[in-house]
Amino acid sequence: MAVETLLQVKEITKSFGGVQAILRVNLELERGDILGIIGPNGSGKTTMVNLITGFVKPDSGEVLFKGKTITGKPPHKIADLGVTRTFQVMRPYYSLPAFKNLIVPLNSPRIRRTAGGKLGDKDGVAIDILEEIGFERDAYVPYKIASSLPLGYLKRLELARCLALKPEVIICDEIFSGLSMSEISTMIPVIERLQMDGITIIMIEHRLRELFRLVNRIIVLNFGQKLAEGKPEEVMAKPEVKEAYLGTGAGYVGS
Amino acid sequence: MPNEQLTSRERRRERLDRGIKVRTEGLYALSSWKEMFYLLAPRIVLILGLLVAPFLLDMYWQRVLCAAGIYALLALSFDFLAAYVGLVCLGGSFFIGSGAYISGLLNAKMGWAPFLTIPIATVVGAIVSTLVLLPCLRLRGIYFAITSFMFPLLTVNVIIALNIFGGTEGISALATYPNPWVDQYLILSVVIVSLFTLRRLVNEDMGLILRSIKDNDQAVKASGISILSYKIKAVFIASLIGCFGGAYLSHLYGWVGISQFSLDFSILPIAATVMGGMGTLVGPVIGALILTPLSEALRGFGQLRVVLYCLILIGFIVYKPEGLMNYLQRKYHQFEHWEDV
Repeated sequence: MAVETLLQVKEITKSFGGVQAILRVNLELERGDILGIIGPNGSGKTTMVNLITGFVKPDSGEVLFKGKTITGKPPHKIADLGVTRTFQVMRPYYSLPAFKNLIVPLNSPRIRRTAGGKLGDKDGVAIDILEEIGFERDAYVPYKIASSLPLGYLKRLELARCLALKPEVIICDEIFSGLSMSEISTMIPVIERLQMDGITIIMIEHRLRELFRLVNRIIVLNFGQKLAEGKPEEVMAKPEVKEAYLGTGAGYVGS
Repeated sequence: MPNEQLTSRERRRERLDRGIKVRTEGLYALSSWKEMFYLLAPRIVLILGLLVAPFLLDMYWQRVLCAAGIYALLALSFDFLAAYVGLVCLGGSFFIGSGAYISGLLNAKMGWAPFLTIPIATVVGAIVSTLVLLPCLRLRGIYFAITSFMFPLLTVNVIIALNIFGGTEGISALATYPNPWVDQYLILSVVIVSLFTLRRLVNEDMGLILRSIKDNDQAVKASGISILSYKIKAVFIASLIGCFGGAYLSHLYGWVGISQFSLDFSILPIAATVMGGMGTLVGPVIGALILTPLSEALRGFGQLRVVLYCLILIGFIVYKPEGLMNYLQRKYHQFEHWEDV
């Protein structure tokens, strides 16, 4: 079966002043893949997202989307191609009701193109997307002002904003962080459904147990370099990964 | 008397707040005439007040009203950019100056009548202002404010140094309006129309996108929208309003000069916005309609007027930081009465 390589990162390198944030990292993603990127704090995970989505320009290396280079393009052009992201520090439009947050992506050139100029009932579309992602319409959650929503909904709103763009790739930057176990357990089926819809997903995560339920391949970053890649169990069994994650000398706490 | 004090302590003030629904959803008003009047009354008072004002004033204060209208337009464009796009633009006098000089030159050199020069100067002035501010649009917050502040100062020096457009003398003997009624109703109608157009705009999709850019531009970029193109549109709209003020001003006085780039046009709108209430759009207009006559009444103090502006600004920032309009709006929707406990 020929599988299309959707996203490819080649030897990408970025340093901020004297700090080597990312050094010669390679990455390859096929359509429909779900990939996890993990690593200790400061290992360059978020920089990786910023490099792929154009928010940070790489020093060297290349990002290819459907075989064409997207390195150096501005973020909105990359999003326009269908590569979108959530933010680790949530960035909803606080002063607007939740469903009005989606008016922005629904007005984007990408959606305009696919809709052939006619956008129809944008509010209705926005509320449908929110309902799909777990905003209870009966409880009027989509109509609430974003600043009044609890964290779990804001994280979902982040995801909904990406979905409204009808993306091909979604990069989730720590979408589980700060959520309670019950909030995470309602979030997991949402992401599973996205994958079934054929959306390619990269998940950057600290919550490994939850992540491993979703992904079949992970990449471990440490000090900006790729430490390991492969199936979650195999990768986590490697001594160098354990060392990076848990430090030397300490026993494995937990299960 | 101690007895009375005691009884007054036993009463408390009860405050009823009309639901958020009433404030936000116009649909509610359709339920009864009373509700409809309740929502329309403030708007009618403002519009009628502006339209009746020329009949109540003498010649001198009619002139002041025209100037207040120009400041109201500038305050409106300042508030629109600052509160809805997040661009604090101190280049108000650049809008006035470019609008005034373009219509002045067209009138003096080409001999075109005001009804032609004003629309042309409004559009061309807005294009020029937008192009000038274009390189600064990547900047945010205080950095945009500083660079936009620089342009009027720079233009004045260019005009003086190169002795173009009449140099320090300016261009005089321009066509004026046929009578004082045209003077006043022209500016007043434009103030009313731009006020209600902008209020409509900020609640349309385009307004929502602009507000989102203010709230957080990174997420707008991640939604596949070029924030630069929307900022350009917003600056163009704001400078249209400002440049009309300039073009109108040149024919009001029949003269254009470097004083039309003066700091007054950049500073007073800010004072008016702070006083009227940031983000209300109507607040800055009311602020300008209060501050301009006030500063005129204090003309005797000369340069000390600036001190007065500052005192008013400080007073509002300390005692009513939300501004006049936000305060009045809140009070209008609240009913207070004393109740015995």
